[in-house]
Amino acid sequence: MAEQKVELFARRLDRGVQQAVHSNSAAGTEKRYHSLGADYSAPDDLRRLAGQIRQHAIEHMDTYLEQAEQSLKRQGAQVHFAVTAADACRAVSDILQKAGAKKVVKSKSMISEEIHLNDHLGSVGIESVETDLGEYIIQIDGDHPSHIVKPIIHKNRRDIAKSFEREGLGDYNDDPETITRRARVFMRDKYLQADAGITGANFVSAESGRLVLVTNEGNSRFCLAAPKIHIALVGIEKVIPSDAELAVLLNLLGRSATGQQLTVYTEFINGPARTDRPSGPREMHVIFVDNERSQILASDCREILRCIRCGACLNVCPIYRQASGHAYRSVYPGPVGAVLSPLLAGKKFKELADLPKASSLCGACNEVCPVDIPIPDLLLKLRHRGHEEHAPSPGTPPMGAFAKLASSPMLWRFAMKSNKVMNLVPLEKLPLPYLQPWLKTRTLPEWRGGEFRSWMKDRRKK
Amino acid sequence: MTNAPSRPTGRKVQLMATCLCDAFFDGVAKATVEVLEHAGCEVEFPENQTCCGQPAFNCGDWPASREVMRHTTRVFESDKPVIVPSGSCAAMLFHGAPLEFEKEKDLPVVEKLANRTWELADFLVNGLGIQKWSGRFPARIAFHRACHTRGTGSGAAALKLLESIDGLEVVPFGEAEQCCGFGGTFSVSFPHVSSSMGCLKLEHLTASNPDFIVSGDMSCLMHLGGLADRGGHPVKTLHFVQILQTALHHHG
Repeated sequence: MAEQKVELFARRLDRGVQQAVHSNSAAGTEKRYHSLGADYSAPDDLRRLAGQIRQHAIEHMDTYLEQAEQSLKRQGAQVHFAVTAADACRAVSDILQKAGAKKVVKSKSMISEEIHLNDHLGSVGIESVETDLGEYIIQIDGDHPSHIVKPIIHKNRRDIAKSFEREGLGDYNDDPETITRRARVFMRDKYLQADAGITGANFVSAESGRLVLVTNEGNSRFCLAAPKIHIALVGIEKVIPSDAELAVLLNLLGRSATGQQLTVYTEFINGPARTDRPSGPREMHVIFVDNERSQILASDCREILRCIRCGACLNVCPIYRQASGHAYRSVYPGPVGAVLSPLLAGKKFKELADLPKASSLCGACNEVCPVDIPIPDLLLKLRHRGHEEHAPSPGTPPMGAFAKLASSPMLWRFAMKSNKVMNLVPLEKLPLPYLQPWLKTRTLPEWRGGEFRSWMKDRRKK
Repeated sequence: MTNAPSRPTGRKVQLMATCLCDAFFDGVAKATVEVLEHAGCEVEFPENQTCCGQPAFNCGDWPASREVMRHTTRVFESDKPVIVPSGSCAAMLFHGAPLEFEKEKDLPVVEKLANRTWELADFLVNGLGIQKWSGRFPARIAFHRACHTRGTGSGAAALKLLESIDGLEVVPFGEAEQCCGFGGTFSVSFPHVSSSMGCLKLEHLTASNPDFIVSGDMSCLMHLGGLADRGGHPVKTLHFVQILQTALHHHG
């Protein structure tokens, strides 16, 4: 029988990698729990409030996006809109080529992964260096992030030491501090040589035009220190009404992502350098990227656009812990990815329609989500859509016969009783394709169909 | 997942026994009847009941699931509270069904049933106001809070009753928020992931050698028990209502 792709990946996954992903994710879940509990008596109320804020923001995206554009322009930034991933890539390279830029430094940005920016820049002869340590390691290994906050959760320090040795960054040394120092020395030159710095944005305030960036390594600040041009790639859903909402959102983001009260660096960027504000890049471009987001907003899964990319749902997800991020074959893994990735695939929805099936629907993701996204409901809606569009789903039993049986009480009662024959035959030998995967690792209890019903009847007679 | 704010209480109730109890766990259904009767309830068992339709719902085959749910709404047509000895089937009635009927004309019919549905422990504690369970059950148990009771009062309610029983000790265990890996059809379409999750859950649940693994959902227990059995280290599992029932027989 054909196998679900996530199942197949998990089954073949190296045991060491699986354990690293599990222990790292479980630690993340613990840290989140303690840091929220330490400071808030009712963290769930805060999550619900943040959910309302984000829901309001996406439902009024047209208004806030326009306002954000005006505010950013007022601050001196140039604003661009990109409909597709290709448009967004082209917008970046056009800006760079116009300025004669050849080298760029990048801070971590999921949307740049989403649009495959580095491949595009490479193809037009522009050097792009990832400066977040994890992302840099991904880049030199030609790998893909397997977690949205901890991109190299699937690697150990020995793997990294080997990569550094291969790249000529010194002899083999797997001491984390040495690795970090070597990366730092390497990066310093890159920052100084770069013509432009590319970042994402965690939030953009429509009212003030402030662009908010959170990092722990300070690399985004270096990206914006020496280079003359700043390009920020921003998903259109990142706009919030005003700075005031940051009080709720930033407090939840750090704690949910890494168990920190606040990330080490939180930058509020108010536009490019001016005479009264001499530091920073002289040119600032904000590229708002749609890439299927308006379609998601128009769908019945729009709640997923609330996401603030903290990764808490990945950490707590038992399927993510077993399968790791690469099992999801897309930029966004885990529960959020199982919803977002098939939607972002647009017309290619069916290619990723198996992802919403990779869930026991346990709801832990919703319980930890800082913006209270009903992820299990969205997974179910996408399963329904997959069914309607006849997307392949190996191992999913057909339900027509079950529905007939369960809507005909006579047939149902007959089946309950007659199935007792199962107790007399070796189940392992039965040609029932959906029973065998169960029996491989589990026994089935004795069939006692009809027992309760006759007991109830007897009691009534008495 | 949350319940409707005001659901009917009262002691004339309808029992939805669930298909798993119908097929495998008659002992749990009997215990439910006895416990409800002990609490002063008159229990009606609508004979034509089958299943809540969740298997088809979770597979994405909503038309099939709705067919079953429409049957269920007809079977349980009344104003009485509907009591379900399963967090998962109860959640299908009060949360899943309204979701799959969101765009259907008969949504109000489904919502009416949703607003009458109680998971058993939730009903005993929050519906009938029972705060303490009498009797004795000398054992150490690990209580697995079934995932479909997240966000509801069920988990805390079951624990409240269990902890009030004389001689019973509830032992803590690690990664308690984690799913057992059953997930309905997930357990057969992702057998490796499902079993790995289950083995991990068993490791945590059995870490301090409890006498019983207890839950409010027989589906989790069927999966965990079956895994332990096949793995050669069988465990004893009980639905919490079986403990409530047994405790009554060992009064003081």
